[in-house]
Amino acid sequence: MTPKEIFESNRPGSKDVAWCPGCGNFGIRNILIEAFSELNLKPTEVVIISGIGQAAKMPHYINVNGYHTLHGRAIPIATAVKAANPSLTVIAEGGDGDMYAEGGNHLLHAIRRNPDITVLIHNNQIYGLTKGQASPTTPIGMKTPTQPWGVFEEPLNPIALAIALGASFVARTFVGYFKESVEIIKQAIKHKGLAIVDIFQPCVSFNKLNTYSWYKEHTYWMKDHDPHDRIEAFKRAIETDPLPLGIFYINEKPTFEEQVPAYKRDKRPLWMRDPKIELVKKFFESKR
Amino acid sequence: MKVVRDDISIVLGGAAGQGIQTVEVLLTHALKRAGYHVFGTKEYMSRIRGGINTTEIRVASRRVRAFVKRIDLLVPFKKGTLTWVKDRISDNTIVLGEKENIEEEFLEKINLVEVPLTKTALKVGSQLYLNTIAAGLIFGLFGAPVEIIESEVRNHFKGKSEKIVEKNVEAVREGYNIGRSIAEEGKIVVDIKPDEKVKEEILLSGTEAVGIGALAGGMNFLSFYPMSPSTGVSTFAAQHAEEFEIIVEQTEDEIAAINMAIGAWFAGARAMVSTSGGGFALMCEALSLAGMAENPVVIHLAQRPGPATGLPTRTMQGDLNLVLYAGHGDFPRIILAPGTLEEAFYLTAEAFNLADKYQVPVIILTDQYFVDSYYNLPEPDVSKVKVEKYIVKAEKGYKRYKLTEDGISPRAIPGYGEDVVVANGNEHDEWGDITEDAEITRKMQEKRAIKKLETIKRNAPLPKIIGREDAKFYVISWGSTFHIVEEALELLKRDDVAHVHFSWLYPLNPKIKDILAGKTLIAVENNVTGQFADLLKKELDIRVDHKILKYDGRPFAVEEVYEALKGVIE
Repeated sequence: MTPKEIFESNRPGSKDVAWCPGCGNFGIRNILIEAFSELNLKPTEVVIISGIGQAAKMPHYINVNGYHTLHGRAIPIATAVKAANPSLTVIAEGGDGDMYAEGGNHLLHAIRRNPDITVLIHNNQIYGLTKGQASPTTPIGMKTPTQPWGVFEEPLNPIALAIALGASFVARTFVGYFKESVEIIKQAIKHKGLAIVDIFQPCVSFNKLNTYSWYKEHTYWMKDHDPHDRIEAFKRAIETDPLPLGIFYINEKPTFEEQVPAYKRDKRPLWMRDPKIELVKKFFESKR
Repeated sequence: MKVVRDDISIVLGGAAGQGIQTVEVLLTHALKRAGYHVFGTKEYMSRIRGGINTTEIRVASRRVRAFVKRIDLLVPFKKGTLTWVKDRISDNTIVLGEKENIEEEFLEKINLVEVPLTKTALKVGSQLYLNTIAAGLIFGLFGAPVEIIESEVRNHFKGKSEKIVEKNVEAVREGYNIGRSIAEEGKIVVDIKPDEKVKEEILLSGTEAVGIGALAGGMNFLSFYPMSPSTGVSTFAAQHAEEFEIIVEQTEDEIAAINMAIGAWFAGARAMVSTSGGGFALMCEALSLAGMAENPVVIHLAQRPGPATGLPTRTMQGDLNLVLYAGHGDFPRIILAPGTLEEAFYLTAEAFNLADKYQVPVIILTDQYFVDSYYNLPEPDVSKVKVEKYIVKAEKGYKRYKLTEDGISPRAIPGYGEDVVVANGNEHDEWGDITEDAEITRKMQEKRAIKKLETIKRNAPLPKIIGREDAKFYVISWGSTFHIVEEALELLKRDDVAHVHFSWLYPLNPKIKDILAGKTLIAVENNVTGQFADLLKKELDIRVDHKILKYDGRPFAVEEVYEALKGVIE
């Protein structure tokens, strides 16, 4: 098998792909497989924890460990998976509704906590699976079945938000740029600490505005940008049209797993450990 | 002259922030070390300073483990205390303290033994020594060697400056001497016999019993969001995290807490969340995920009265229905409710094996009264705790949700074995991939909600019967009311009344129906509707004849259960 083929799932359930023809999720899947194989990862050492929605179906169409969980909850679950077994490569994956609406609070606190996981947000600026309602990133003015008067809420700027909170790694890419996206995701996975990658991806069924050609026309690649410069990163993050792509910000800092007392002396994952019965006895002795 | 024999109920009352807890800690530890059986419990208001909080300390010649309404000795630290406990005061109550702390209307009616606490404190150097003096004073009434409480004082204040330690030792001696002279003058005579065996025992709280039980059961991950009265368990875990090399994380909300616990189990850890009713309400979505994904998780729920914020610092057994029905769709769960501290230790440890074995949520129900109570007990036998692990290697072609006869699919974890593991909160096929196939859906629903549930039921332990099995009356209790009912039945002294205690609440073993058949059943529950009695009816068609219920946010007192039982039986 070629390095890429090992990530193709042969499970019967993987054959019936639920994504619409032309969906950006196909592209993201291919980008992920390419990134995994270029990083020489093994399927058994990768875990994708996904939320709910079309993006969150990723674990079924790829041969790595997976857990398809709840709407918005991929991040706390992924955080704990990494904490329980730091030798795993852990990815939390979901759409813009999943990560920025339902799971918004967890994203904020994951930035504070800084687990060494990669958060991939399939950002198509619309709710697809529930058929076309506005998401936190839907642009002002877009009319939808549930915002027939047009969206008037300010869209969330996840990049600026993450930089404002001092996130460890913040990037944005567009699924239409394969090689560049693979590179960014590789960087994100390799980065030690929480890596957030916002991935522009068209919803061909429900978002008629933000199409492949729209993203091509309204984005550009940052050149000569120093991701260690937070002020510059922030300036780029608040640009609106065209929207910059690339790695905005890198902030090296200790990870969650590095700081928990569990791994100070013992590096084994939690599942390999037995209770410290002698310490239980010692505790009882102290209660005499 | 007032004589109290064999069993004394001492109540200390004062404002939050006045340091009653210091008195409580010093006294209970010193008394236990002096060989007395002790029991302590507290009630407190939901505020940081002020109000009235009380602590009951029972000291006895024999084992005591339950709350009594009766107050033999009342020590008020603040005006308002007597009004707060007035329905617990009788002609036999002795009030020990200063007139300034007693409301005018009580002065004529009570047996007051005045002690110059403030004056003595000022003599030692400051008002601050009042607590230590009070502890010495009460200890002095028992006549046990002063060195015992002195060493408790040294231990309690270790870490403070030498001067503070020495001043407190001086204070405790001053208090002790006053106590001795009160006893010698015969103003208060406390006649309680120490028991040498008590010295070998340990003094433990409900919080500690759950916490150390979890650690003995291999808990290596705890995530939580603070909520009274459950927080103590999380604090306990955090304070032992370095020593036990475990992960303890305070999360952004209860939703994150339980999802983390689920993730940790998925990766092979043994994880627990500790919460109370309102926090658990937020966890229900993830509870369903654990049910569908057959993901083990252990939840400690220390109950307090609800709904909503209810009475945040008080007690009730009102969340049984919540944990029973929480979550959507059908999936099994196990609900445990320890009745004694020993049981809290063993059962919490066992909860991790059960979660691991059956791959279901295991909920440990305690309550404020339980977690905030403590007493002396023989050291639990740690060798009785067996850690059973059920993780398998993911062999080639591994199916996470393999259909099996007993409804249990071998559980592999990511990174162990040659194949990948796919778990899913959507309906899934045997491999864990999404399906909408009618046939597979039916099989998976049956696997979880029928086959697995039946397997658990079959293996569910039976309730404990204390007393004659052929008794006419069975008094049914569950969880924290165990000792209260136990003592009430001792007072009742009737052969025809036995006690049936449930610490495994769900799922119920069908054999229970035969055990309870033909008896007059009396359920004692700390809630307004009799939730467990309803469960017996629903699950096993067992009709409870009488319900004794209390739902004012306070625990049952032994006297209340005794009186109510007399009313029912006679």
